[in-house]
Amino acid sequence: MLAFILRRLAQSIIVMAVVALIAFMLFRYVGDPVASLLGQDSRLEDFEELRERLGLNDPFYVQFGRFIGNALQGEFGISYRLQQPVSELIISRLPATIELAFASATIALVFGLTLGVFTALKPRSFASGVIMTLSLVGVSLPTFLIGIGLIYVFAVELQWLPSFGRGEVVDIGGWRTGLLTETGLRSLILPAITLSLFQLTLIMRLVRAEMLEVLRQDYIRFARARGLSKRAINFGHALKNTMVPVITITGLQLGSVIAFSIVTETVFQWPGVGSLFINSVQVVDVPVMAAYLMFIAFVFVVINLIVDILYFAVDPRLRVGAGRR
Amino acid sequence: MSSTNNPAVTEQPRSRFQRIWDSDIFFSFRRSPITIVAALVTLVLILSALFAPWIAPYDPFNPASLNLMDGFTPPNSESMMGNYFLLGSDHQGRDVLSTILYGSRISLFVGISATLFAMAMGISLGLLAGYRGGTIDAVIMRVADIQLSFPAILIALLIFGIARGIIPPSQQENMAVWVLIIAIGLSNWAQFARTVRGATMVERQKDYVSAAKLIGVHPLRILIRHVLPNVLAPVLVIGTIGLALAIIEEATLSFLGVGVPPTQPSLGTLIRIGQQFLFSGEWWILFFPAMTLILLALAVNLLGDWLRDALNPRLR
Amino acid sequence: MSEPIISVRNLVVEFPLRRGLFTAVDDVSFDIMPGEILGVVGESGAGKSMTGAAIIGLIEPPGHIASGEIYLKGKRIDNLPPEEMSRLRGKWIGMVFQDPLTSLNPLYTVGQQLIETIRRHLPMNEAQARQRAIDLLDEAGIPTPESRIDSYPHQFSGGMRQRVVIALALAAEPELIIADEPTSALDVSVQAQIIKVLKKLCESRGAAVMLVTHDMGVIAETATRMIVMNKGKIVETGSVGDIIKRPKEDYTIKLIEAIPSIKDETRRHEAPPTSTLLVEVKNLTRDFDLSPGFFDRLLKGAKRNVVKAVQNVSFDIRKGSTFGLVGESGSGKSTCARMLVGLIKPTSGQVLLEGQDIAAGLTQERRQKVQMIFQDPYASLNPRWRVADIIAEPMHALKLVSNRREAEDRVADLLRRVRLDPVSMRKYPHEFSGGQRQRIAIARALSSQPEFIVCDEPTSALDVSVQAQVLDLMRDLQDEFGLTYLLISHNLAVVRQMADDVGVMHSGVLVERGPVDAIFDDPQAEYTRMLLNAVPDISKVE
Repeated sequence: MLAFILRRLAQSIIVMAVVALIAFMLFRYVGDPVASLLGQDSRLEDFEELRERLGLNDPFYVQFGRFIGNALQGEFGISYRLQQPVSELIISRLPATIELAFASATIALVFGLTLGVFTALKPRSFASGVIMTLSLVGVSLPTFLIGIGLIYVFAVELQWLPSFGRGEVVDIGGWRTGLLTETGLRSLILPAITLSLFQLTLIMRLVRAEMLEVLRQDYIRFARARGLSKRAINFGHALKNTMVPVITITGLQLGSVIAFSIVTETVFQWPGVGSLFINSVQVVDVPVMAAYLMFIAFVFVVINLIVDILYFAVDPRLRVGAGRR
Repeated sequence: MSSTNNPAVTEQPRSRFQRIWDSDIFFSFRRSPITIVAALVTLVLILSALFAPWIAPYDPFNPASLNLMDGFTPPNSESMMGNYFLLGSDHQGRDVLSTILYGSRISLFVGISATLFAMAMGISLGLLAGYRGGTIDAVIMRVADIQLSFPAILIALLIFGIARGIIPPSQQENMAVWVLIIAIGLSNWAQFARTVRGATMVERQKDYVSAAKLIGVHPLRILIRHVLPNVLAPVLVIGTIGLALAIIEEATLSFLGVGVPPTQPSLGTLIRIGQQFLFSGEWWILFFPAMTLILLALAVNLLGDWLRDALNPRLR
Repeated sequence: MSEPIISVRNLVVEFPLRRGLFTAVDDVSFDIMPGEILGVVGESGAGKSMTGAAIIGLIEPPGHIASGEIYLKGKRIDNLPPEEMSRLRGKWIGMVFQDPLTSLNPLYTVGQQLIETIRRHLPMNEAQARQRAIDLLDEAGIPTPESRIDSYPHQFSGGMRQRVVIALALAAEPELIIADEPTSALDVSVQAQIIKVLKKLCESRGAAVMLVTHDMGVIAETATRMIVMNKGKIVETGSVGDIIKRPKEDYTIKLIEAIPSIKDETRRHEAPPTSTLLVEVKNLTRDFDLSPGFFDRLLKGAKRNVVKAVQNVSFDIRKGSTFGLVGESGSGKSTCARMLVGLIKPTSGQVLLEGQDIAAGLTQERRQKVQMIFQDPYASLNPRWRVADIIAEPMHALKLVSNRREAEDRVADLLRRVRLDPVSMRKYPHEFSGGQRQRIAIARALSSQPEFIVCDEPTSALDVSVQAQVLDLMRDLQDEFGLTYLLISHNLAVVRQMADDVGVMHSGVLVERGPVDAIFDDPQAEYTRMLLNAVPDISKVE
């Protein structure tokens, strides 16, 4: 177990190092950081002085080392566009994104699993046919159109729910949450549904495919031949085996909800890190882009680690070595 | 000791056409009306995009022919200038139908090119990884794994951002379409590589490959003549579904304002423009481009879904 | 006369397929008496498994019982609602499947699976059920069942898993066990033990067995009465001795004739082998490094793990003779074959062809003179290629022909020699049956005009009657072209029929070699003797 986790940890560190390298290259070689900081009409001496002060004349590895050192302390420089420290910008916008991602991940997981299991257990029923067709429509609808559609129906026509922003937020120890006010919760509904739909259909189709595969296995036939009840076979034997492959992919899908929120945040003008990133891309605000990349990589690595540990708990073939005898 | 009792020996070989018409794939195609409709819709959309300059009633990108007085004409009516607009006109007086025809041209061009690019890259790397194994395999697959865990849209955005930093501003407008194709292609190759690699690892164990090795056939020839044709079926499925994804991805990027420039709008750009008029009641500027995009993505997805079932009978 | 456990009356099972209705079981009627072992034998597609599945009510849709009745102790069961039928399964009728590696749920311990099954059918609490599970495992021959009951399936070997499967099938004391090819996935030596366990457990409980298998030898050793099926219909029914010794129907007579026996040598070639040596194998050794990665070795203290797949194997093959190499799975016989044709490099040792080392150099000559026929005719022919291209590939690769026309003529000639219509060169492999594909594979091997052909289990994927045809073809071609064969097989009877000399491999070592009759009639090595005793063979029927 320890060796397993240590190996995964080592892999995670390598991944982070690679992403850090990409982020650094981005930071260092895309555009000219000095020009971005000083503006057009500065003197040549100012450029040279700033280059020296920022350490841009140091050898590559020294600069990369300093970048990593700073990154470990959460230090990513100053945004070209907003002239604020990047870490502050990200931290102030993080609660909005995390609350949105969490809400949609929950929706995607609960409905994706239930519908996936249902369509696998009743593959020939009419309801399954409808659900499968709808899911195909779901993957064909771009996220931004779902958002626009929901805004049009529920905000413009019916005027039930707000079309943009987070509503009122409450500050709890630096964490500005929208979950405690009525307007905050109402504002969350449409973006959360928008963001969850794509993942929902993916999870549903995945669960369905895996479960159909499991239901074809010999051990399910053998369980039937032993006269076990339908319940025990479907939910005891089949579902548990379905979970083994589903955990990995679902975990990663949920992780990507955070990155996916870029689009949703833009449509709903949700003040999270995603809209921060998209605004930075448009004006090539490199420090923010680099920091966002590192942040997403970190989320991915953490989720991967959790997935591996879950996997380990579910599958005895990993836990207990074979052939003790 | 003859085995002429089996009909397969005496039966004459069938023609290529009969073979295709009678194949299981075509059989399932003929039996699925929804697939036939999807294929027709895809065909019509592709053809009308291809022949847009000849079909479109107006040339929406010729400033000389535009008149602001034509603006905001509702569908199926005439403007103050006496021009007829089947699907209405936008704020600059451009015919929505014509912008859609030209827009889907860009969308399809970017989508298809990006998918072909991703496919070529994924197939070559997947074949290499699957056939050689070892370190090359480990490196390629690690990179693919990492990339697959980030959403394609984020990767495309990053590549786009980098390109913006590198390419001089004067060139950006001309290069935008190519940057978009590379960004979307690079964000989608991993899926192909992973599938091809998996299939290649299965195929290279099979004895028809051993039989070719035995008589000294060159590995590259084995890869291209023996292995490649046998791993193409899943590639076709992912390619179709990938095309739908690429079209959506392009639309999303353009919607976010980082895709093609407004002078050559794609469906995504049109939706971005139309969104501004949603609250003020000019719904058609948004609605028709959005419907075209959905129809296109849905039809291609339906084709992909059918293809997957037809090529993999076990999943039915 | 007592009442039968199961009565099947005019059973018809149909599968609606794309090209019409397929009748898998066609008007089948039979009874099984209490405590009886009924063998059901037939080649693939005979409908024997489907009959078993129909009795226990587990036909996969879209297949279904179209007509007929099934009675369990006089009560009709084929029309029961699903929930009632599921209560009968396990309680009255148990089932054992072919592959023990996939029959058990990998995520639950064997104890959990046993206890679940016992408590579903018998009124017991957890502790009682657990005790019963331990007793069952003990009876099934699992050593120290008290500690093994909490192990997961992957911690058992294939043979041990099949014992667990049998214990599971018998957990609620059913009166009938349907065993569908229960030993076909196992090695000969394990097969014998599993048959013994199945027989013992059913005898001690008075349970009847319906033993479905393609292997007449297994039936000869196990069953009392048997049914021969072909194309969904029952061909012949009778006592095992009667059918094997005195078959009445044409189909049965042909089938029995086709079955090879370890006592019989009918298919050996006629031309006497010369005394010149064509192939000499000297101290051939091959190691496989299965060590865990560097990281695991460092952290878990895992040791380097080098498997010696083939150790120091030496033998000679005379020109024009057949050398049989036998052994169970994992004995290293296939690794040997692949080293001989150059697909795997030996770690050390030599392979001499006419005195010259072909393992090291001489590739062009080896490629032309040494060919191979593979086990699975479905995987050894590229499904995307036409037969003509498949057969002509060696000629083109080795530049033995100058143009397409010439190649086509040669392909037509080769097809005729393997008794196929030359017209079939325009078709694709999937249009042929297994036996026909193996003929195409043989034609491909012959197309480079080789002297020496390595045949790796050439018939083990085929039905017995097809096997006989392919073996006859191989013998005829040997006489016609003066070929030399290395025949690799796990089937001792096939080797006895075909080979002049034989070598027996066990765990990578050649334990014994010599003239075939000497080895089979008077084996010297302990392992060979055990193997010959374990083989279920039709000559062993009383």
